[in-house]
Amino acid sequence: MSTLANLASNIADGSVKVVDLTHTLDPDFPVIILPPEFGQCARFRMEEVSAYDHRGPGWKWHNISMNEHTGTHFDAPSHWISGRDVPMGAVDEIPADKLVGPVVVIDCSEGAAQDDDFELTPQIIEAFEAEHGRIPEDAWVLMRTDWSKRSGAAYLNMASDGPHSPGPTPDAIRLLVEDRNIRGFGTETVGTDAGQGAHYTPPYPAHYILHGAGKYGLQCMCNLDQLPPTGAMLVAPPLKIKGGTGSPLRVLALVEN
Amino acid sequence: MTDPIQPPPKKNPLNRSWVSTIPPAARSRAALGLTAAAAEGRFMLQVCADCGATQYPPRDACHKCLSIDLPWQDIIPTGELLAETTIRATTDIYFRDRLPWRAGTVRLDAGPPMICHIHGDVKPYARVRLINRLDRSGQGVILALPEKDTPNMADDPHLRAISSDPSHRRVLIVDGRNPNTPDFAKALKDAGAAMILIGLSEDWLPFQGRKALEDVGAQIIPLDVTDTKSLQRLAGEFGGKIDILINNARYIRPGGVIDRTDTNLAARELEVNALGLMRLAQALGPAMCSRTADGTNSAVAWVNILSAWALANEPSFGSFAASQAAALSLSQSLRAEFRASGLRLMNVFVGPTDDEWHQPLPPPKVTPAAIARDVVRGLHGGFEDVFCGDVAKDLNERFRRNPKVLEREMTGGGV
Repeated sequence: MSTLANLASNIADGSVKVVDLTHTLDPDFPVIILPPEFGQCARFRMEEVSAYDHRGPGWKWHNISMNEHTGTHFDAPSHWISGRDVPMGAVDEIPADKLVGPVVVIDCSEGAAQDDDFELTPQIIEAFEAEHGRIPEDAWVLMRTDWSKRSGAAYLNMASDGPHSPGPTPDAIRLLVEDRNIRGFGTETVGTDAGQGAHYTPPYPAHYILHGAGKYGLQCMCNLDQLPPTGAMLVAPPLKIKGGTGSPLRVLALVEN
Repeated sequence: MTDPIQPPPKKNPLNRSWVSTIPPAARSRAALGLTAAAAEGRFMLQVCADCGATQYPPRDACHKCLSIDLPWQDIIPTGELLAETTIRATTDIYFRDRLPWRAGTVRLDAGPPMICHIHGDVKPYARVRLINRLDRSGQGVILALPEKDTPNMADDPHLRAISSDPSHRRVLIVDGRNPNTPDFAKALKDAGAAMILIGLSEDWLPFQGRKALEDVGAQIIPLDVTDTKSLQRLAGEFGGKIDILINNARYIRPGGVIDRTDTNLAARELEVNALGLMRLAQALGPAMCSRTADGTNSAVAWVNILSAWALANEPSFGSFAASQAAALSLSQSLRAEFRASGLRLMNVFVGPTDDEWHQPLPPPKVTPAAIARDVVRGLHGGFEDVFCGDVAKDLNERFRRNPKVLEREMTGGGV
């Protein structure tokens, strides 16, 4: 049996599980909020075009609108100023083989439950590796926080000094990008950076360092608690938007039972 | 004194709801001057520019000297009741449901006798105050009131029929996040509103104002004028219970056309300010129109809070002003679509409001309390157009005098 035939039969018999890491695109799903004088991220909106009625008797369909960075979404290098000149930095230019690949999941859920501003540090990454082995080159690294189980105002967790949600420190991201040469970094929160990420040097280190190095981001994911620390395969192809800096997408993981 | 209206009992679900009807609406072009004055609650008649004779009814040539120069002027609205009758039978379908109805003739101190509706507290041959108001067909009619206020006089059926009185009615204030909402809620509660619903968009964002609204007894419900689904849900739950809707949703950012580099903010301004109005009307308008004869707490008014820059563009907020002009134009269409039901559409025009987006502008700026006061005043008067604050009033006057001169002044052509 060929590899793919094997895979198909494993998916069919349940020995490989397909886990959906995607939130439903819903008008009520939070988006990142910037100070009011900046341009804002458009929420997901849906307008009925027809619904088996006088506007189209036999069919139902909608016009939808949103930002590239609404809902569960992919960040391409050109999203950030550091990645503006990176070759193949827009979603339509990313090679297709980069859209399917291995994934490791660092469980920070315990720490994030204690501390809204929980930081992923190099020490945590090294401890993870001591237990699960070195993070392979060109792998996705996801930071599990169980933040996706929050809803309403608790998700952005905005206070008068800005949002509070977990994320990586600059050193942690440097370690992943410069030493481990990962493919990309993903989170359950609204961004790859911590809620207070503006106050690091550089500000928004995950965005700045990842995209400057041509790496990708994934955010607003869910169900990371169903993934093993290592050994799963991530399928994360953004829409092929010409010059797009990101895109909402369906993120799937293949997990061996 | 007038017998006070009692809170309406719960509806008997076995009874058919009354269907909307409107009083006779046909008017001559000249008589529409009375309607235009009534839209703002002004008592105006034509006064001959050549001989000074006051005209009634409105006409095309002076009854005394045949001059056709008959400008409309504010008239002192006092007079004396000459004759009256109480109508107890009629073939008119609107008045048939509202009998008995009192009507008569008042001699105006300014000259002519006028045909008018008569408040129940007016005594025979008494001195009266006259008001010019829109009836449910949206046309100007005259009502004679007692010279001095009487107890519960707003509950008189003649007056209640031409007002949009919030007492005993259920009000929806669309945008709980607008800084004017707490003042609106309080003013409407004080005016006797039976229930106040307040829409809240994006409950995933913090909302500091919740307590202030709950303290006045308002109920907060999810509502976002840019989200059609949220409006459909709202209409499904509350569509049959909204008697007065106050659309205070607003998105405002500084900037005109080429001092912005994209259309995103403009799109958002149009989404909220113009298309938001449209979505609200599509979701809630039909139910409100069907309930304008639904007893004491019938649907009665739709209120939009608009910027006076809808009349003439202020370039420092040029794109926002365009969205307000679009909303004004949509409101005129909506008013026409409401007409057959008798549902009143009132636009409250405001100048710069005292909030974060007008912070660098010099006073005078309109406070939330002032807008709330004028909303209630407009509802009591059953008006279509209310100009709130000195800036809006001045802009309206200048707009009427000469829109082109106003445009040049607003866009830096004046001194």
